[in-house]
Amino acid sequence: MGYPQYMRDSIAKVEATRPRRLQETFPMLTAQEKQALLEKFHPDYIREAMRELRVGPNKGTRTPHELADLLEARPVLDPKAVNLDNVDYETDVLIIGGGGAGSAAAIKAREAGAKVIMATKLRHGDANTMMAQGGIQAADKENDSPAIHYLDVMGGGGFTNDPDLVEALVKDAPLVIQWLESLGCMFDKQPDGTMITIHGGGTSRKRMHSARDYSGAEIMRTLRDEVRSWPEDIRVIEFAPAVELLMDTNGRVAGAVLMNLETNEYLVVKAKCTIIATGGSGRLHYQNYPTTNHYGATGDGLVMAYRVGARLAFIDTMQYHPTGAAFPEQIVGLLVTEKVRGLGAQVVNIDGEQFVFPRETRDAESAAIIRECVERGKGVTTPSGIQGVWLDSPMIEIIHGPGTVQKELPAMVRQFGRFGIDITKEPMLVYPTLHYQNGGIAIKPDCTTDIPGLYVAGEASGGVHGRNRLMGNSLLDVCVFGRRAGITVGQHFREVTLGKLTLSHLDRWEKELKDAGLDPKVCAPILLPDYTRRKGV
Amino acid sequence: MADQELIPIYIMNKQYLVPPTLTIMRALEYAGYKLIRGVGCRAGFCGACATVYRTAGDYRLKIGLACATLVEPEMYLAQIPFFPAPRAQYHLEELKPDMSALLKTYPEVLRCLSCGTCTKVCPQDIDVKDYMAEAMRGNIAGVADKSFDCIMCGLCAARCPAEEKQYQIAILCRRLYGKYLAPRAEHLHKRVQEIMDGKHDAELIRFKTMSKDELKKAYYERDIEPE
Repeated sequence: MGYPQYMRDSIAKVEATRPRRLQETFPMLTAQEKQALLEKFHPDYIREAMRELRVGPNKGTRTPHELADLLEARPVLDPKAVNLDNVDYETDVLIIGGGGAGSAAAIKAREAGAKVIMATKLRHGDANTMMAQGGIQAADKENDSPAIHYLDVMGGGGFTNDPDLVEALVKDAPLVIQWLESLGCMFDKQPDGTMITIHGGGTSRKRMHSARDYSGAEIMRTLRDEVRSWPEDIRVIEFAPAVELLMDTNGRVAGAVLMNLETNEYLVVKAKCTIIATGGSGRLHYQNYPTTNHYGATGDGLVMAYRVGARLAFIDTMQYHPTGAAFPEQIVGLLVTEKVRGLGAQVVNIDGEQFVFPRETRDAESAAIIRECVERGKGVTTPSGIQGVWLDSPMIEIIHGPGTVQKELPAMVRQFGRFGIDITKEPMLVYPTLHYQNGGIAIKPDCTTDIPGLYVAGEASGGVHGRNRLMGNSLLDVCVFGRRAGITVGQHFREVTLGKLTLSHLDRWEKELKDAGLDPKVCAPILLPDYTRRKGV
Repeated sequence: MADQELIPIYIMNKQYLVPPTLTIMRALEYAGYKLIRGVGCRAGFCGACATVYRTAGDYRLKIGLACATLVEPEMYLAQIPFFPAPRAQYHLEELKPDMSALLKTYPEVLRCLSCGTCTKVCPQDIDVKDYMAEAMRGNIAGVADKSFDCIMCGLCAARCPAEEKQYQIAILCRRLYGKYLAPRAEHLHKRVQEIMDGKHDAELIRFKTMSKDELKKAYYERDIEPE
């Protein structure tokens, strides 16, 4: 295993230019250059990849076909298959999704005195949060401030972000780090306690906090362990995704119907407040991109919320992470953390030359890599026929000293080491990979939505990141808005009296489909992608 | 894929022919399994896909993560979708970061035989035996550091002859370390206090009330902290 000879020839060029490149800084894009680059090469700008929705609150909004197919789909659930008088669980708060946002919400709702049920598709913690590597942003250094963080976030999002949500994000950020520490998260620190922080793409201050390159795993396993400290108040139901929201006769969301993934049995959960924390949709493989996402990232929350009339925001923009693995074949599309560039590694082409500043915002960095491969033909083609450029990780050892890569990037060393590639000595071949759903269900800073009783937090929500999220703001997002959702329902649940449960919104949905002349064959949410080999294919 | 030689593997003792370039997980799917158990992040971070296997002519049990291990010819494999290793009930604030915490929650820690089976099976190549030795000495910081890369797949507990729950002990130690023993970040607590006191509100409101053009100008003119 390891690189074949012809790829080694290109690596020799990367090594040859390395001493010179160590002295060079590639210029950053100007505002005009960036806009032109995005319009020509970013996948969000490919018109044929999208269409206008024909039904629902976002009728007329452009969205990728893969998501539009699900938003315009039929329900999975046959209303006649469940008896709503037969309630399996009754609770104050139902949280759909067991990732970072759902877990943070559970902890905060419990603190406020609520009884919580958390329903999760696979195991508690099987989520994109667990896979986040690089870090979490917070402006807690002397030369930084929430306002400077605010400016970085707005610029990164193309000045389209919801300012109130961004304000909440940046102001809560230091509070979140303090909270995580109080729960026992181990952040990287100097011996005197100072947080070790580095740059990410689009940051003007070094504010990326990390836990080696297991930052998300460290946060997720800590939050999960804290949730497990309170079994009498928080009941976690695993392998039981929600397939449809329930409403009451007053037009309030009132829980959900879950499905036991192993027995296909339906479970009716009646809840005074329902939080959607179902994460993103990378497993829809927009434009056939591979993805860094968790197996369960199929956009279920968006589909269910859309059917009860919740408005979506920024659903025409996805994040393609600039550095997905392009070789070896077994790990194509998996994440190579931005921390690699944060530590000084450059991105170079087949000739070992730089073509982009290594820490542009992700949308621009990705577009530049696509341009280098597609338009300029300066990518390296792998034996399985995909293209990539080099991410020159050995530079890190030269800049920060031998042993830095092993210390700071143990997960990456392990990931590539399994296939005979030593990233302390050899660069990694990378290409953009589908990473994040920039948009989602529209929320206010307290995580409420247009629909009473429905709250949303984390990647399933939309607005805070505008059209492009910065590195380290997703772990921050799930913690900030997960906590806020928990606090909000903690204030609301006591005042709620539910009416009779109903699924009549599904009848209204069927009528709306019919009125629009649609007769979809697709049923959603899909819950899991199907990677089984089709017979004859 | 079509012109590749296929190799035989055995899933739950039934033979399937699969391409040799696949990971165990992709091979299961190639064979027709739509996975529910034993699958998670598919990238080596979540510990859902711990797999035990034997290969022809070898008496030894081997282990791997299905998402990160290549198939081999004549591989007999079974996934461990769930292994009983319940977490002890505790609240972090009621524990002290020393031996007393471990004796209260996982008293069986002292029964460790130091046989090293755990180290041998760890798919993360963590020296589990070593951190268990730290645990028996009550060195919470040592356990926290040495177990840090644990993905909690549970293979250590599954194979332990002393019936330890190593990965549960490890997360308890990491949390105790993070909460009580890690050096305090004074700058963080100072900033939190400033935010609570409203000291950053004026600057934020200044940016929030700017027109889009003013904000763009401020963004592209902002100074960037050097490397």
